[in-house]
Amino acid sequence: MRWGEIIKRLVLIPPTLAGVGVIVFVLLRIVPGDPIAMMIPPGASAADIDRLRALYGLDRSIPEQFVSWFGHVLSGDFGRSISLRQSVSELILARLPATLELALVATLIAIALGLAVALTGVYFRGRRLEWAVDGGIGVFLAIPDFLWALILLLSFGVLIPLLPTSGRIDPQIDVSFRTNFYLFESLLRGRIDVVGALLSHMLLPAIALALPFAALIARLLKASLSEAEDQDYAQIARARGFARPAILLREVFPNALIPTIALGGVQITLLLGGTVLVERIFSYEGIGNMAIDAVINRDFPLIQGLILTFAVLFIALNLAVDVVVTLLDPRLRHG
Amino acid sequence: MTAVLSIQDLHVTIGRGARAANVLRGVSLEVQPGEVRGLVGESGAGKSMLGRAVLGLLPADAWIGKGGIAFAGRDFLTLPERERRDLLGRQIALIPQDPMTSLNPVKRVGDQIARVLQRHLALSRRQALQRATELLAEVAIRDPQRVLGLYPYEISGGMRQRVLIAMAFGCDPSLIIADEPTTALDVTVQRQVLQLIERLRERRGAAILFVTHDLGVVAKICRTMTVMHAGRVLEDGETADVLTRPRHAYTRALLAATPRADRPADALRPVPPALIESLWSEAHRLDRLSIVGRT
Ligand SMILES: Nc1ncnc2c1ncn2[C@@H]1O[C@H](COP(=O)(O)OP(=O)(O)OP(=O)(O)O)[C@@H](O)[C@H]1O
Ligand SMILES: [Mg+2]
Repeated sequence: MRWGEIIKRLVLIPPTLAGVGVIVFVLLRIVPGDPIAMMIPPGASAADIDRLRALYGLDRSIPEQFVSWFGHVLSGDFGRSISLRQSVSELILARLPATLELALVATLIAIALGLAVALTGVYFRGRRLEWAVDGGIGVFLAIPDFLWALILLLSFGVLIPLLPTSGRIDPQIDVSFRTNFYLFESLLRGRIDVVGALLSHMLLPAIALALPFAALIARLLKASLSEAEDQDYAQIARARGFARPAILLREVFPNALIPTIALGGVQITLLLGGTVLVERIFSYEGIGNMAIDAVINRDFPLIQGLILTFAVLFIALNLAVDVVVTLLDPRLRHG
Repeated sequence: MTAVLSIQDLHVTIGRGARAANVLRGVSLEVQPGEVRGLVGESGAGKSMLGRAVLGLLPADAWIGKGGIAFAGRDFLTLPERERRDLLGRQIALIPQDPMTSLNPVKRVGDQIARVLQRHLALSRRQALQRATELLAEVAIRDPQRVLGLYPYEISGGMRQRVLIAMAFGCDPSLIIADEPTTALDVTVQRQVLQLIERLRERRGAAILFVTHDLGVVAKICRTMTVMHAGRVLEDGETADVLTRPRHAYTRALLAATPRADRPADALRPVPPALIESLWSEAHRLDRLSIVGRT
């Protein structure tokens, strides 16, 4: 009863989010750091500080603050950012599409790379090239995304300046976007020039995010492919006169895909977490970059809103992986 | 008449250097068109290795040191890869031992049968599926149309074996290698599957190399038989002759160890360990004499 499993997971989402909310809320207020201290002009009086503190409700006890904040969150109001003096939900909604588009492009690159490497590796099983592939995968697994971001920034931004290294789009390109999904919107509107400009900005951060994930996909998929190729049904296909590439693609790959997605799919959350540093390095205006500013400014409401947003994304991705695996595996689909 | 399968002095070794192990030590064997040849011998005798050598399914570290395999007079070992693949599945088919692991778990039954037919016969997908329906009916599967749309895990072991038999006979091969096709099934299903193989063979006239532990089955369906031990052929002949007048001590011991309806169960005697021992030491003596396996 795999679908039952998924429904159970759906039911668990609200309590999970509430738990995340409590933890973030309490932690923020226990660790040192005061949002008011970050925003007051030098020479402000103690009375001014107290007034500001009261304005943001920071003078009340933590449980009182939580109840008030959570009540508002339930009605869709995430409060106002202390440092940016804007509604948190508006701020996040404006920036979230940039991060989603970046993560999507990075994921697509990772899947393409991972597939190509895994299939190459398994095709050359038992030969020297397989060792090279395995070694390469190991190296790429060991280098984290932010390091790639710095390497790419230095190589293609500074040494050989081929690609833009900051922002989401050139400021002189004037497109009056109606949504914040710039990439989707320009694709839909057929603005290929804008798509090109957007992608050229996205490319370096997306590759930085994609490389470790690609290595992970390659390792999982290659292991699953090797295992599946040793199964009787794949061996017997050889005795039926099928060529090895055809067997790998048609018989082995569909079987290897299922464990790979089940194990590797949830790791997209790592890629999403990676956006925080990588967006910062490339001054890309997404919620990751915003999260760093929010933390520097001890902007409690914004941090809380961002963490909840990330939590929702993580949960949604995990659920999506489960649904995809269920759809792919006939034994689960009907079981 | 050219033998459909002719194996000459086949030596197969697994591994190299110090870890090399001979699994076939000069096997010769012929299967004539339409002939059903039983291949018997204790576990580890090399029966499966022989079948795998013919089908090109030897383990990656196995190698053929010496000898030849000819299919209908064509040297199979020197045949270009592409031509060999055109014969495999088309002229030479396999009925595997374990129906639970021999079908692709994520592909529908119909898809798997149709793919083999499309590979070797010039059929469209639609024609192949139509042919698959007929094949399933021929292996006595009720409601074949429905079964085509099922996944392997949705059908019983006996049904799966029928599907695999349908796939083996699908392109009307002239040789089928059946490696213990009924051992994984329960007794009542075993009998049905055997009858089915018999019937299809009669109708379509394929030769079968039938690997089995069961001398009763050999007596029933095999006209000729080969007895193997330690990668060697010990005895070979018409089934009736071998079973009534076995020449080799090992065959006699095998017969004495086989339950029969006309004999009380307590008359059963296991194959004497001393005999097995002497056969193995002879095999190892041969290993030392030959250079094969020592490289
Ligand atoms: N992959 C392998 N690697 C190394 N040795 C193997 C491998 N497969 C089989 N062998 C060895 O080869 C010999 C012959 O094995 P084979 O499977 O052909 O026996 P068999 O006659 O089919 O036995 P059974 O009746 O149990 O199926 C055995 O000694 C076995 O240990
Ligand atoms: Mg065997």
